[in-house]
Amino acid sequence: MLDRPQFQAIQSRRGFLERTLAGLGSMALADLLHGEGRTAQQDDPLAPKDPHFAPKAKNVIFLFQAGAPSQMDLFDPKPKLKKYHGQSLPPELTKDLQLAFIKKNAQVMASVQKFRKCGQSGMEISDLLPHTQSIADEICLVRSMFSEAFNHHPGQSLLMTGSPLLGRPTVGAWLTYGLGSENRNLPGFVVLSSGRGTSGGSSNWSSGFLPSTYAGVPFRSSGDPILYLSNPDGVDRDMQRMSLDALKDLNQERLDKTGDLEIASRIQSYELAFRMQAAAPELLDFSSEPQSVLDSYGVGKEPMHPYAVNCLLARRMVERGVRFVMLAHASWDQHQNLKKDLQKNCDITDQPGAALIKDLKQRGLLDSTLVVWGGEFGRTSLADIRRPEDIDSAGRDHHPNGYSMWVAGGGVRGGQVIGSTDDLAMRVDTEKVHVHDLQATLLNQMGFDHTKLTYRHMGRDFRLTDVEGEIVRKMIA
Amino acid sequence: MTEKVSLTIFPAILLALAAALPGAPAELPPAASEKVDFEKQVRPLFERCTACHGAALQINGLRLDRKKAAFEGGLSGPAIVPGDSANSRLIHMVAGFRVKSVMPPSGEPLTPQQIGLLRAWIDQGAAWPDDPVETTAAEPEKPKHWAFEPRTQPKPPAVEHSDWPHNPIDNFVLARLEADGLAPSPAADPLTLLRRLCLDLTGLPPTPEQIAAFQADSSPRAVARLIDGLLRSEAYGEKWAMHWLDQVRYADSDGYEKDDERPHAWRYRQWVIESLNADKPFDEFSIEQIAGDLLPHPTADQLVATGFHRNTLTNREGGVNKEQFRFEETVDRANTIGSVWLGLTVGCAQCHDHKFDPITQKDYYRFFAFVNNIEEELTPAPLPGERGAWLRTHAEYRARRQELLCAYDVPDLQPAWEEKVQYHGQNPGQDTAWDVNWDTLAKMTDGGEKYILIPADQRTELQADVVTDYFLRFYTQIVSRDEYNALGFGELRGKLERLERSYPQMSQARTVSELATPRPATVHVRGGWDRPGVAVTPGVPGFLPQIDKPNPTRLDMARWLFRDDNPLTARVLVNRVWQEYFGQGLVTTSDDFGTRSDAPSHPALLDWLAQDFIDSGWSLKHLHRTIVSSAAYQQASDARPELSEKDPDNRLLARQERLRLPAELIRDAALAAGGLLNLRVGGKSVKPPMPEGVASLSYAGGFDWTVPEGVDRYRRGLYIHFQRTVPYPMLSTFDATERTVAECSRERSNTPLQALNLLNDPVFVEAAQGLATRVLLESPAPDLDVRLGVAYQLCLGRDPSAAERSRLERFYHDQMRVLDASPEIVGSLYPLQPEGYDRVAAAAWTGLSRVLLNTDEFMTRE
Repeated sequence: MLDRPQFQAIQSRRGFLERTLAGLGSMALADLLHGEGRTAQQDDPLAPKDPHFAPKAKNVIFLFQAGAPSQMDLFDPKPKLKKYHGQSLPPELTKDLQLAFIKKNAQVMASVQKFRKCGQSGMEISDLLPHTQSIADEICLVRSMFSEAFNHHPGQSLLMTGSPLLGRPTVGAWLTYGLGSENRNLPGFVVLSSGRGTSGGSSNWSSGFLPSTYAGVPFRSSGDPILYLSNPDGVDRDMQRMSLDALKDLNQERLDKTGDLEIASRIQSYELAFRMQAAAPELLDFSSEPQSVLDSYGVGKEPMHPYAVNCLLARRMVERGVRFVMLAHASWDQHQNLKKDLQKNCDITDQPGAALIKDLKQRGLLDSTLVVWGGEFGRTSLADIRRPEDIDSAGRDHHPNGYSMWVAGGGVRGGQVIGSTDDLAMRVDTEKVHVHDLQATLLNQMGFDHTKLTYRHMGRDFRLTDVEGEIVRKMIA
Repeated sequence: MTEKVSLTIFPAILLALAAALPGAPAELPPAASEKVDFEKQVRPLFERCTACHGAALQINGLRLDRKKAAFEGGLSGPAIVPGDSANSRLIHMVAGFRVKSVMPPSGEPLTPQQIGLLRAWIDQGAAWPDDPVETTAAEPEKPKHWAFEPRTQPKPPAVEHSDWPHNPIDNFVLARLEADGLAPSPAADPLTLLRRLCLDLTGLPPTPEQIAAFQADSSPRAVARLIDGLLRSEAYGEKWAMHWLDQVRYADSDGYEKDDERPHAWRYRQWVIESLNADKPFDEFSIEQIAGDLLPHPTADQLVATGFHRNTLTNREGGVNKEQFRFEETVDRANTIGSVWLGLTVGCAQCHDHKFDPITQKDYYRFFAFVNNIEEELTPAPLPGERGAWLRTHAEYRARRQELLCAYDVPDLQPAWEEKVQYHGQNPGQDTAWDVNWDTLAKMTDGGEKYILIPADQRTELQADVVTDYFLRFYTQIVSRDEYNALGFGELRGKLERLERSYPQMSQARTVSELATPRPATVHVRGGWDRPGVAVTPGVPGFLPQIDKPNPTRLDMARWLFRDDNPLTARVLVNRVWQEYFGQGLVTTSDDFGTRSDAPSHPALLDWLAQDFIDSGWSLKHLHRTIVSSAAYQQASDARPELSEKDPDNRLLARQERLRLPAELIRDAALAAGGLLNLRVGGKSVKPPMPEGVASLSYAGGFDWTVPEGVDRYRRGLYIHFQRTVPYPMLSTFDATERTVAECSRERSNTPLQALNLLNDPVFVEAAQGLATRVLLESPAPDLDVRLGVAYQLCLGRDPSAAERSRLERFYHDQMRVLDASPEIVGSLYPLQPEGYDRVAAAAWTGLSRVLLNTDEFMTRE
């Protein structure tokens, strides 16, 4: 898309006739397509752009654990809960608690999980996550996350867009808007998913009020990896090329007649689509990956295979310059069957996620790739017991007042824990980190002042962090 | 509290928690015992507050630099209660006592001694010298903003080239161009104009018949006749409904996680289409939507119109607080009216006074109060012909339904369940399964938690069915899966649905009513649903003409929008219509007419259009006719080199614009070219073919997307079922709005994904096959040359140029060579079995049609 200021810039710089009637021959078009020279920079909303200052990270992989993982069973041990296990709490302690399904007199449920001190810092991580334990020195574990949103969709929306209200651009869209894409044969912002759909659906990768150019593109696990990527039956690549050549000439004809530069952009879009048709299958072709790499992620191994494929794809995308990869796994919403379903989710996600970090590091990509792991909020220390006769069927309710996430790479100092929650896992004790603070830090690592990456809509300059957000200095190396 | 609570653990837990709440005082610091001097001891403390609570800024409405204002308090109520410091909010705030945040929010907190001084001062009567008399010069008058001033009554200016104008629009446009030494563009050539008018007024490309008729009409009235015909076409209402539905955020599902379908939502869309086609005056059109239920003896149609308010999102998630969600819905309703009719971003004042416009937070909640008493209803709204069949068969249907229920023992089981779920609703915390069952009733039904409290024999059929259907669906929360299966309720639900479908039903509509006893309306501190502040009465923003009436209603507000002294409504509306014709409004910020809006390029024209629109009786068709009849509209859209320096943004309108079509219309145009488009008007939403795996991206893990048999899949894009969490991909890819909040214009992006969509989506491939078939069947002669002419007429409404002909002939022959070499692909490209024409040619024409349907010109209104 060519917006008006860009249009103006081109016209005044080069002179209109030269640009359109004579200048846009095949050579100029080649320039456009390969992103060489200033013209492409001006024409193309996805051309690489400089951030506000020198960035620490160039790419983001967001391992989005939708549904709210139980922090006290995974990352934030609460041994003192054992003391109150099976008891209700006095109303003074629960009066500010918002709950989805259970009532405030619900019983405390201590975790049955064992924790282990890991890495040089000795951070404690649950034995449900043996592979994550092995990357403790790489990750910065934040135990003091908090959010205001209490329900899944608003919570996911706050995490992704900075607002619990719908209709705002997601962080991937903001970054693609701010930085463009380094590989024009692939989308700048890609979405991978395994498990069930997320509560937020497409609003988790929406461009909101930004042009749809910046929206996340879902890579599909079956059928075409990108919607409508393959040619129709009977059209092979040569036939497609032949068709596009004819189309290009017709469009060029129209461009010559009308002088509308939007047509030049259209020609470019079709050429990019053609190249994407080749680049996306290449991305999915793992034949060049050694067996040891495939095994480390767990590719081909159940139950982790789909998630493992996505983790490996995320690395391959980052290698190829995809700016933002969102990898969604759902669902961690264990209102019931916490024990069984938590084990299942960990069996799926633990090994591939840890392998991704090690693989990125081994390839020297971790320094420039920010990896984020987490969901929209956490879970209660109070139990949801629907069938008292089967205590293993118990689960936990929603809890935004204190939960855990981790970040790694991209200039983040690994091997440290930030913040803490109180002994009853009710709220954050020290070093509170709001979702907006995490977002501000993420943008900072990508080279942006979060208060200055804005877009005017409905009379207001919007930004990812709304009107809040402080950089978490301790997180940054 | 139940017996489960162990009282012995309290101290231990309280100790454990004490660490979690650092600094939260159990009581207030004691008042100082000395006599306090305001000027020496208190005012210096207040000076720490006045950056936020002073002359320049009054966060939360509080001001602490003036006696009168300080004693009046803020939006949370009085801050200082003279003589009672323990109950003064000011003291609570600075002490962090029973409040969420401590004041001041930055810097060192006040010491207990300082708080003690403040307490003593208040307890001693809070003496404060009177405020100095304000000089009027101190507050300079705010500069006037054009949009808030009354409309002017401009006369069309004289122009030098007086033969150019078709109507007064052109005098305004040309006068401005002449002043800048610019000439308008020549008129668009007739076929370009024809396609432009067809697409703009009806959203459909011209048919060969329309082209022939237009070319045959040599009278000077030809264009006017064409315009009249298009405005009479039902497709006009469909096309302009699409723009309206963006603004009122229409969708076919709830949004949010559950994103349930709204099977009755389409009735509102139908009402919009019919109203536009009937040219219902815009004031009536609007008043019925905003307050149709409050009109005297409202008709069913006027109630259906209130479906406007029902387009808000609904969150049915487990943790939803109903009152919080009602508040959010109400905010959305107030904001939508502000955006759509007033062009004001009133929502900015939800949490604080508007930063740029003179809308205070109090103004916001006065406006909010108009829509604060809305109740959601499902109303029988029979379509023509439905009632008779329903009357004849309904008793039989109810009897058969009852039989089915009896066969599964429902009448025996349901009363006991009702009693128990009601008990747990009133006595929560004893059994989680029953608690959840009660809570789910309120969330997953519309009104079930109210209906269950009505004695069973007094419920209406609708109320009774809501409760019974809920029982059958959610009894599984109470009993085990095995028991539920043994009861056969799953099977029964299927049978009931089939039975319902087999009998004529009366259509229903989503409507609203007004609560009999109004809810108390208050300011909400910082926009928090649970933080009510001072009481307010309904009213319109203070800087606009006021409604001269105590306790005005929603209906009064709706009528006020159309009062002659309302400076905004007509301007906002004509500008939004204008933007669809020229790609941008006379005011480019069509969603914001506030002080930060873009200045109008032609202010007098804007006012003239607004007045002319009002004088026509708010006739939208009159407005459309006036604009598209103008010479300004009918200019060529070709770029002009000399304009790129002088008017790069084309604000002066020395030419038309080439505009990429909206998503729905690209689909319509392709289906039309392929001879596939189903032109049936109105009715329920449809689900055209969608690739597998798209629906599964939603939380529901795949909502129902049953593609209809037959021609319903070829309905216009306007009718595509809009599932909010996963909209139909083609719509999103081409910048359709998300339908979550009011959107007053669309982006026009240009992306590779759009290219893939048009090249490879089976819908468009089928359109190419259809076009190929038509070309072969409808061409008067089998020559390639003649066929190319037919194809161009069908796609682009014109003849191909010589260069285009030769390029496509080359492409055609290139394809033929490939097809001759690989005959096995012929059937893939063209799977239909042709009768009376050659299949190889049809395959080659499919490829050629695909190219034509992908040209920039095809998806553009020139």
